[in-house]
Amino acid sequence: MSPMMYSLFVRAFWETVIMTVASGVISLIAGLPLGLLLVATAKGGIAENLWVNRVVGAIVNGFRSVPFIILLVALIPLTRLIVGTSIGTWAAIVPLAIAATPYYARIAEVSLREVDRGLIEAVRAMGGNRWTIMREVLLPEALPGIVAGFTVTLVTLIGASAMAGAIGAGGLGDLAIRYGYQRFETAIMVAVVAVLILLVCLIQWLGDVLVARLDKRI
Amino acid sequence: MTRQAPLPVPADAASGVADGVPNQSAAAKPVVRLDDVRRHFGTTPALDGISLTVAKGEILGLIGRSGAGKSTLIRCLNGLERPDSGVIEIEGSDIVGLSEEQLQPLRRRIGMIFQHFNLLSAKTVEDNVALPLKIAGWDRAKRLARARELLDLVGLTDKARAYPRALSGGQKQRVGIARALAANPALILSDEATSALDPETTGSILALLKDINARLGVTILLITHEMEVVRQVADRVAVIDKGRIVEEGPVWSVFSRPEADTTKALLSGVRASLPRHVAARLAPSATARGEMIVSIDITGPQAATLLPGLATEIAGWRLIHGGVETIQERPVGRFFLALPVSSLATLQAHLVPSGAHLEVLGHVADDV
Repeated sequence: MSPMMYSLFVRAFWETVIMTVASGVISLIAGLPLGLLLVATAKGGIAENLWVNRVVGAIVNGFRSVPFIILLVALIPLTRLIVGTSIGTWAAIVPLAIAATPYYARIAEVSLREVDRGLIEAVRAMGGNRWTIMREVLLPEALPGIVAGFTVTLVTLIGASAMAGAIGAGGLGDLAIRYGYQRFETAIMVAVVAVLILLVCLIQWLGDVLVARLDKRI
Repeated sequence: MTRQAPLPVPADAASGVADGVPNQSAAAKPVVRLDDVRRHFGTTPALDGISLTVAKGEILGLIGRSGAGKSTLIRCLNGLERPDSGVIEIEGSDIVGLSEEQLQPLRRRIGMIFQHFNLLSAKTVEDNVALPLKIAGWDRAKRLARARELLDLVGLTDKARAYPRALSGGQKQRVGIARALAANPALILSDEATSALDPETTGSILALLKDINARLGVTILLITHEMEVVRQVADRVAVIDKGRIVEEGPVWSVFSRPEADTTKALLSGVRASLPRHVAARLAPSATARGEMIVSIDITGPQAATLLPGLATEIAGWRLIHGGVETIQERPVGRFFLALPVSSLATLQAHLVPSGAHLEVLGHVADDV
């Protein structure tokens, strides 16, 4: 690999990392409260409100059903409003985060919903309010699932970020398509795939280790 | 027949509790008073006019089959469930109609123990015990000190830093009891607390509850479907069936002379009954040279001396089944005798001064 190719490769690697981590963090910050809201407002939830639940659920489903490549293009005006441009790595973070947030919200919702209702009842019986239940029961008890779900989201984002090359965001996927596929540089293609595999393995391993340390059940 | 609390609830029990909670001088008032409480699920009545009081310092056993309404009732007492109508007074103040926010300080006066323990898996044992105090706003050092004190009380000092998953079922329930006691509650609600435990562990948990009641004077309302549990700990028992209290009284009294069919059915496993092979041969009327089978229920010291006394007056009687057991330190005897039909009058006369209850169950043709 030439020094020029090498520097291209390194740059693409960091672009992928930035896109994945930044949109991942945003999806965590926005998706977790959304997941909590979905669980809390559901039937029998701690703040039951079926109307809110249906509306939020419909919005989440709406975003989740749009293919990412279409979302990428459809969100260009919004991206321009937020980032100032619709091209580049930072511009790609907006659609990535918007796609990942409802995805993560659903994953978080599943973990939160599986918290034993008896525990919620026990804390209610102690005189705890909704915030206490969220802080002392729902979040700590669902934490292993919340972290495992975040790992899944990050891995999905690595895949999705390859498509962001379509709006000039760069990244490893973009590199593989332009050099590996269109210019028949098989070595680049193989190298990109190898790095992606390693990256995914690393994230998954870190996630698994963290979950094992956090999980105090059974 | 309800006894009064030997000890007052510790005075600091009321600390950190909002206004509206009656002060400790109202000792004469029952801790719980229910009047005509009703609750329907759809068209099925879960509670069909329940009236009940729990005196300060007593252990009341509320027994019933599954679906009798006992869970709904216990959940009404801390507002987890709301009745359709009726009065629910806790320490003298009516809680029906209180908002969720108004119920929260009240719930801190009531500890609850659950069948499946309901310990938070992500918290250590001491943090689980300290949680009610965290909710009540105690600072960390104070609440952990109190948690250690309670873990000493339930014999789990060495498990303070462990997570619940490292504990056995009995140990988990001890933590549950420590947690229920943390905020010095006036009342403990026990929801089938021993139903998930083996008999030996059940015995030790019940002994702990009894000990806590004696030492701290805390009032306990326990619901169960096992008469054995009631016999071991309760002072008084209320039997609930189809949303109604069908029988109520001191445990020894209900055990020696159950009135309601539900009570008799619930007692069938723990109380002496006529052996099946004898019951199968009972005939309603006397035969030529036959015997009659009677049951005698008797309480008090006379239970022990009944049979020796009988031996001097009647010839030819035999003990088929039964004996004397001790409930609430009171002898409770139940005997099944076979004796000549001609001796009935003598037997009746013999039983009069002891207050025993005699029932002629039937006749048998020859020896059994």
